[in-house]
Amino acid sequence: MAKVLVVTSGKGGVGKTTSTAALGAALAQMGQNVVVIDFDVGLRNLDLVMGAERRVVFDLINVVQGVAKLPQALIRDKRLENLWLLPASQTRDKDALTEEGVKRVIADLKTKFDWILCDSPAGIERGATLAMRYADEAIIVTNPEVSSVRDSDRIIGMLDSKTVRAERGERVEKHLLVTRYDAGRAARGEMLSIDDILEILATPLLGIVPESQDVLRASNVGCPVTLNAASSAPARAYTDAVRRLMGEQVEMTVPVERKGLMDRLLRRRAA
Amino acid sequence: MMNVMRLFGGRAASAPVARERLQILLSHERGRNGAPDLLETLRSEILSVVSKHIDVDPDKVVVRMDRGKFVSMLEVDIEVPNGVQRSKMVAAT
Repeated sequence: MAKVLVVTSGKGGVGKTTSTAALGAALAQMGQNVVVIDFDVGLRNLDLVMGAERRVVFDLINVVQGVAKLPQALIRDKRLENLWLLPASQTRDKDALTEEGVKRVIADLKTKFDWILCDSPAGIERGATLAMRYADEAIIVTNPEVSSVRDSDRIIGMLDSKTVRAERGERVEKHLLVTRYDAGRAARGEMLSIDDILEILATPLLGIVPESQDVLRASNVGCPVTLNAASSAPARAYTDAVRRLMGEQVEMTVPVERKGLMDRLLRRRAA
Repeated sequence: MMNVMRLFGGRAASAPVARERLQILLSHERGRNGAPDLLETLRSEILSVVSKHIDVDPDKVVVRMDRGKFVSMLEVDIEVPNGVQRSKMVAAT
């Protein structure tokens, strides 16, 4: 049974696209058939983070409008054969995305994939509401920072009212993914702690992704961090999150960097 | 120095890769103002010429692109069955 998962946040720049790429790749690495869809019409970036930007031919809007067939628009990942991307349009205006069209595309994808990850644009406008509209589950990406937590709360409210599931009286299962977390700063009281965030948002925790150079490095080279640096702290956090999504019991920890001897001696600067 | 660091487990710097990827991408996106680029124009005109002659089954058409720094690739793969129905547009002329 295919699951539709929206990766959302309200606030921009918290790591939705990075997380969609990493979670999608981690699911595919576990043998699942995965498609990631970019809903950010006009400002697509999931293609770039996944390293497929040079190969985009058709996009979500072409499919919605019938210009292209779904298989023509899907781009297969170069590294994982069971990971696919449906890019957003870079040029058209976001009104071209219709509720009916998105419904059709998602229904079609459900027959082909185990997981459909919808990368939501920031904000609470049409693109964001359409990305969550048909979701079975939601991942709310939050930074330990006041404006991000506030916007997450707003998005949680929308998930409980504006989705098809909510309108049917069912619930969208919600998971909180805290990204850019610095355990040291939280311990010193300089940053909201996980407990603070959980208490405020009252949403189950899916994972804690530590602040790490490996995340930037992965997007620089266009490769999800779970593939580009599989043993890095953020990759392990994303992999654990995916195992929890699949129903495994995994102890909640903040993965830490494993520093090599040379790293410690040279204290390398960010590459 | 970079090479020595790489030898001792340091990784190649990723920023130059990011810079190169962005330069290629933006050179294709800039100045278009939403208009299709050459590759997109070629793709749609090739497909319309082909469909003028035969009824193309969209499921039998595979289009691939690879936008490069100096050269881009456009691959249009159309399956044409033998004895295929000629398009009515041509038959009428």
